[in-house]
Amino acid sequence: MLASLLAFARPDVDYHALAPEIVLAAGLCLVLLLDLFVPDHRRWITGTVAGFVLLGAFIPVATLAVIGGDVRSLFDGRYVIDEFALALKGLFLLAGYVVVLLSSNEMEEGGYHQGEYYVLLLTSVLGMVMMASSRDLISVFVALEFLSIPAYMMAAWRKRDTKSNEAGVKYYLLGVFASAVLLYGMSLLFGLAKSTKLSEIGAAIGDGSKAAAVLGIVFVIVGFAFKVSAVPFHTWAPDTYQGAPTPVTAFLSVASKAAGFTGLVAMVYLAFPMAKDVYQPFMWVLAALTMTVGNLLALKQTNIVRMLAYSSVSQGGFILMPLAVAGTGDAAGPALKAVVVYLLIYAATNLGAFAVIIAVSRTTRSGEISSWGGLFNYAPGLAVMMTIFLASLAGIPPLGGWYAKFGAFRAVVDAGSGWGYTIAVIGAINAVVATAYYITVMREMWMKPAPDGRVSAVKVPSPVVVAIALCGIGTLLMGVLPGSVARFGDLADLTHAFGG
Amino acid sequence: MLVNQFLMLGAVLFCIGVYGVLARKNAVMVLMSIELILNSVNINLLAFDRLNGSIDGNVFALFIIAVAAAEVGVGLAMVLLIYRNRKSIALDELSEMKG
Repeated sequence: MLASLLAFARPDVDYHALAPEIVLAAGLCLVLLLDLFVPDHRRWITGTVAGFVLLGAFIPVATLAVIGGDVRSLFDGRYVIDEFALALKGLFLLAGYVVVLLSSNEMEEGGYHQGEYYVLLLTSVLGMVMMASSRDLISVFVALEFLSIPAYMMAAWRKRDTKSNEAGVKYYLLGVFASAVLLYGMSLLFGLAKSTKLSEIGAAIGDGSKAAAVLGIVFVIVGFAFKVSAVPFHTWAPDTYQGAPTPVTAFLSVASKAAGFTGLVAMVYLAFPMAKDVYQPFMWVLAALTMTVGNLLALKQTNIVRMLAYSSVSQGGFILMPLAVAGTGDAAGPALKAVVVYLLIYAATNLGAFAVIIAVSRTTRSGEISSWGGLFNYAPGLAVMMTIFLASLAGIPPLGGWYAKFGAFRAVVDAGSGWGYTIAVIGAINAVVATAYYITVMREMWMKPAPDGRVSAVKVPSPVVVAIALCGIGTLLMGVLPGSVARFGDLADLTHAFGG
Repeated sequence: MLVNQFLMLGAVLFCIGVYGVLARKNAVMVLMSIELILNSVNINLLAFDRLNGSIDGNVFALFIIAVAAAEVGVGLAMVLLIYRNRKSIALDELSEMKG
């Protein structure tokens, strides 16, 4: 016993590869300590430091991407830093930074517990960054809980507001239920494969003809479907998005959703890649339902945050769409690329839309779409930016959202199967329907008069201006120069990274 | 080793848990039902470990126990929060937002 303990050899740790996680972990401890020692009226420092921590963690991600070269695989291939992981880590860190920018005024003015808020935000981002690299059931599960548990608390952050309480409780109960179902599926996959490593599970499960494998795959997909708010597992999303503080909503609808998709993609491409007869039909139904139901419900919303909540449900359907054909023909590559590119572009666009909502609702004090009347007259800059973001969400060229949708449709058409063509048609109809509710907001901003004859300009705090500018640049750049993001999703890097 | 019995027990616990989550209106009862599901997962993992003679499942189960404790901590805090603001923990009364 003792001899075996002494024979323990420390595994090689590539500290450069782990640097983003290390910076985040050290940074969140620093923020926690600062919160202890900084006097109340200077608590805003915690937010500034949190922003720098996120940017600091982005530096090693950038250097790793520039150096490129071999895939860095740690802990026996259970924690892998490849192009896929780096692209998503970059997304999570930058999205986290934008959320810090959006939060600073809201948290300061609301008199909320700022220090704790930023600590939780950093913890959640750390979980997401870990999720991007996890290639093992245990680390996928731990990363998922790492990113979710702080998010439950952030959703309920306005303690005295019963709507925020409701948002938090609904998110918590369904989130925990989803991870329990996911775990049950994972336990079945583990039992069949005798290993927690995703690639070994993929080899052991094969085409998934065993009943236990089918159950395991279905439960795993259902678990992630809750996280990415796919219909019919979306019921928490609108209430949580509406009730939570708006910066938290932006965080949940972008970063948390992207993290869910990251885990789902890792499971589909590694843990059951050959079981396409099991997961494809299921994904197909989920994608079709998610697009359609999300859109139909978004059409009748009068609250702009709730409308964007349903819009983000339906955008999730477009991200699921390529996965419905991921095993058919040679669609695996385009499908993976479509998902990654869609997530990157959707993050910039949706965060931008929420940034404008935060800026405008500071003045209008209302979440109703009708309160956006005449925005162009008194805040032309905000109206133009909102139009850009909404047009990008609708997929109008030359904005980013157009390229994202293009990639998703190309992937399903590439599959060349009847199922692929059918979902492409359903997607196309939904893309048109979605335009309707985005245009409702645009018409309100450009054509209607201001509801109470408001003329004074909107004062936008400078962090929010920076956030809107960052998202605007991202949205425009990725639409005009799609090559800038397309390279992140190349299958060649990804599959060999995935151990395929 | 009669792994089947353990898996059957796990499946039954899982079903009871899912039924509890869907049917119960009391937040604490729902939390307890979720614990049932998590424990059914632990039973599964340990049974598979006995079957395969490996140790990975034991490690996985330890992680689940630790994370479940953290989850319940947050969950009970939230239940307290809604109890303070509404004097009730009935989930069907939590419906301020609709549509």
